Amino acid sequence: MSLVSIRNVSRKVGNNTILRGVSLDVGAGEMLAILGPSGSGKTSLLRVINLLDRPDTGSVLIDGRDPRAGNLLEIQRSMAMVFQKPVPFSMNVYDNIAYGLRLRKRGRQEIDHAVRGALELLDMTGKERQYAKSLSGGEAQRLAFARAYVLQPKLLLLDEPTASLDPANGGIIEKAILDVNKRYGTTVILVTHSIHQAMRLAGRSAFMMDGVIVESGQTKQLITTPKDPRTGQFIRGEIIC
Amino acid sequence: MGHILDGFFQAISLISSLDPEIVSITSLSLQVSGSAVLLSALVGIPAGVLIALNEFPLKKSLITVINTLMGLPPVVAGLLVFLMISRAGPLGTFGVLFTPTAMIIAQFLLVTPIITGLSISAARAVDRTSIETAISLGAKKFETMLFVANEARQALFTAIIAGFGRAIAEVGAVMIVGGDIRWNTRVLTTSIVLETRKGEFAMAIALGLILLALSFTINLIVNYLQGERK
Repeated sequence: MSLVSIRNVSRKVGNNTILRGVSLDVGAGEMLAILGPSGSGKTSLLRVINLLDRPDTGSVLIDGRDPRAGNLLEIQRSMAMVFQKPVPFSMNVYDNIAYGLRLRKRGRQEIDHAVRGALELLDMTGKERQYAKSLSGGEAQRLAFARAYVLQPKLLLLDEPTASLDPANGGIIEKAILDVNKRYGTTVILVTHSIHQAMRLAGRSAFMMDGVIVESGQTKQLITTPKDPRTGQFIRGEIIC
Repeated sequence: MGHILDGFFQAISLISSLDPEIVSITSLSLQVSGSAVLLSALVGIPAGVLIALNEFPLKKSLITVINTLMGLPPVVAGLLVFLMISRAGPLGTFGVLFTPTAMIIAQFLLVTPIITGLSISAARAVDRTSIETAISLGAKKFETMLFVANEARQALFTAIIAGFGRAIAEVGAVMIVGGDIRWNTRVLTTSIVLETRKGEFAMAIALGLILLALSFTINLIVNYLQGERK
């Protein structure tokens, strides 16, 4: 069964239609990359999946459950999203990472163990007591990832998590993405501009443009032999991101 | 000029000797304004954060009303409270007119719109992405409110201090509902008015200096907090 099942989702903001009848299935434990130029609807789709925005039409099922039928919080707590713009909370690094676990009323020892594990994975050990707002851009992005990572979510939504990072920081986060997928069986939906990142991380990719999923398939196949000419244009760099 | 200087030196002497009446007046001022601000903060901060975070019909109109009430003239607040708690008023049976309780109610009415209005601004200034991140990490509605209050804590503290500044310095409302009764409802501002009218400049200057020192301390705290936020 699919962990995420999206059927015919459309969404308008003002007069602008940002999603047009999107349908998509993502299997449990799968890593899917969503590629596409800016303004193609990738982030909007993630927000709809994360239940931050409601679609005007269509349905989103998470693990077979429809949020419209209730248990919204339970569904929301089965996933986590890392936003493109990392915003450290006004507290220290440790409390930032522990935030979601404390909401779930986890025990102190469990929280401590999880936070220290995340700090180590993301190369942030020793920064526990640092005020999070004073972190560098790369550290802030790693912190944002750590906040989601410790929750061991069933579904992790990543919106360009390495877009503005240097290769070293990007590498740490990519390693952590692979880790969460392998260690906890977390399903990952990764929005990215980078076909190379999609190749490195995702078994399957979808290409979006103008609010529509143009095509999807095995990442290698989609990139080397795209079926739709628009996908080819994007891969060849003929569409401005 | 001589009587001003004389008054000033006598005032210093009164303050340094901890004149019982001055201590009583200052203490009552702090108690009345402190209680009013505490109650206003308990109402105004949650209300402000709630209004800022939610969309509902007439939200803009409500904010306009709150902003208007932020400039409510103290004498009008005093008159309203007086009409409510005087013997003929709907709350007259409680017998709180000319008591510190009445003064707290009047100052609460004055300060609550200030703290609410400033709390709305403070909550609105919190980065939308950070709020959505908290929701995405599993925060419920009440937890999101707490999160926003924590993110905006310095601005909210500034709102409380601004409210206290307004309360401690106002004279009209407490004069009307407190009656300026010696050893009972006399506070710094009402005493200054009275002592000046009596020609007791030393006492008036002493009380004025204390009020000024309190205002200075409040401004110092606000400036420090605003500096911290940059």
